[in-house]
Amino acid sequence: MSTQDKVIAILAEQAVLEPSDVTLDSTLEDLGIDSLGLVESIFAIEEEFDVSIPFNANEPENSDFNISNVAAIVEGIDKLILKKA
Amino acid sequence: MKRVVITGAGTINALGHSVPATLEAMREGRCGIGELEFRDVDRLAIRIGGQVRGFEAEGRFNRQQMSLYDRFTQFTLTAAEEAIEQSGLEFHGDLSAKAGVVLGNSGGGMQTLDENYRSVYEDGKNRVHPFVVPKLMNNAAAGHVSMQFNLKGPSFTVSTACASSNHAMAQAFQMVRSGMSPVMITGGSESMLCFGGVKAWEGLRVMSKDACRPFSANRNGMVQGEGAGIFVFEEYEHARARGAEILCEVIGFAMSSDAADIVMPSKQGAARAISGALQDARINASEVGYINAHGTGTAANDKTECAAVADVFGPHADSLMISSTKSMHGHLIGGTGAVELLACIMALRDGVIAPTIGYEDPDPECALDVVPNEAREAKVDVALSNAFAFGGLNAVLALRKV
Repeated sequence: MSTQDKVIAILAEQAVLEPSDVTLDSTLEDLGIDSLGLVESIFAIEEEFDVSIPFNANEPENSDFNISNVAAIVEGIDKLILKKA
Repeated sequence: MKRVVITGAGTINALGHSVPATLEAMREGRCGIGELEFRDVDRLAIRIGGQVRGFEAEGRFNRQQMSLYDRFTQFTLTAAEEAIEQSGLEFHGDLSAKAGVVLGNSGGGMQTLDENYRSVYEDGKNRVHPFVVPKLMNNAAAGHVSMQFNLKGPSFTVSTACASSNHAMAQAFQMVRSGMSPVMITGGSESMLCFGGVKAWEGLRVMSKDACRPFSANRNGMVQGEGAGIFVFEEYEHARARGAEILCEVIGFAMSSDAADIVMPSKQGAARAISGALQDARINASEVGYINAHGTGTAANDKTECAAVADVFGPHADSLMISSTKSMHGHLIGGTGAVELLACIMALRDGVIAPTIGYEDPDPECALDVVPNEAREAKVDVALSNAFAFGGLNAVLALRKV
């Protein structure tokens, strides 16, 4: 599975949706993922990809990790994976 | 109904090992938050906290006691000794039979848990010290206070996360006010600054890596602290008859539940607790001069708390002072309301308002007088202390100058 497929699977599970309902331009709000759901999704992503995501729930806009939509999240993870390698 | 006064106070926290030392630090706006020092701290992303330093438990407690006292119990006993000594009370006969101790605590013996889990899981040992259970139980501190001071009345521990101490003190207040007991020892303690304790909080992604800046637009989360605050709540006539020094009066309280979300605070729930405390104390909102805020320094708490205060007080919200001393001693979780009550006592008795330090940028969503960075002299007749816990469980106390 590609990064994109894995991320979509994680977010779909969190949102209780089918992966086919999650698109690249879906926002977390579109998916109905609230702040607790977001923190849980980030944890699941970190576990899946073995990366550390710099995210502080107090200042999501100032975090180095863009969560504005699914595409941004996938891009951010790819960068973190590259950095790790 | 009886009147209830505070005749003794004790504490140990990152700002000081006594009430005078703590109040001096609050007056000076000193920060007790610094680099954490304990095993495996290098494996944490969050490495700051309000740690108690220079506390030599070994010299204070004997070997037998050390084997039974987790750090939160050590803090509790240290603060209780100061409070009860100040009150001048000794517990014998009838007083002993009726007086008890109600304490707030959230994590129990976290240091004991951490050390022993490490020993069995990481080091693979198959044997733990026989006193692990009596050492880590949440009510250990209350039990030891009752034993040390001969308190034979109602004693228990209240656990409502960040509101534990306020819920506990509200219980003790009710017991004295109703005439059930002439004296109750109350307050709370916490010692969560260990690898497992901080690691768990880290997961929630609400902790700051650099500072606790309540109400400041650039705030980025909470910082944990540790310690204890203990008080002697005494029936007014009982205190007067023996000529005790009265620090202030406890005049009311209220508790409420948001019944909404396990972590996100609710303006309505907070407002109901604040207005409930005013009603219980039979005071007008305009009499309140100071509020010791819950003020955790998270984005969510501070704006919700300010909105709740604005709702309850209306235009008077702009003339009262509200500060968060967590900026100095950190968030003591189950012990926090107890240490913060000291700032209320200082406001009422000494006319000094503890500041919110680390305040850098005004936040339009927290547009109240947060006493930024420097303590202020002001005459205050009534003060409130807010606590809004995870679980949506809120408790607010009201105090008056005597």
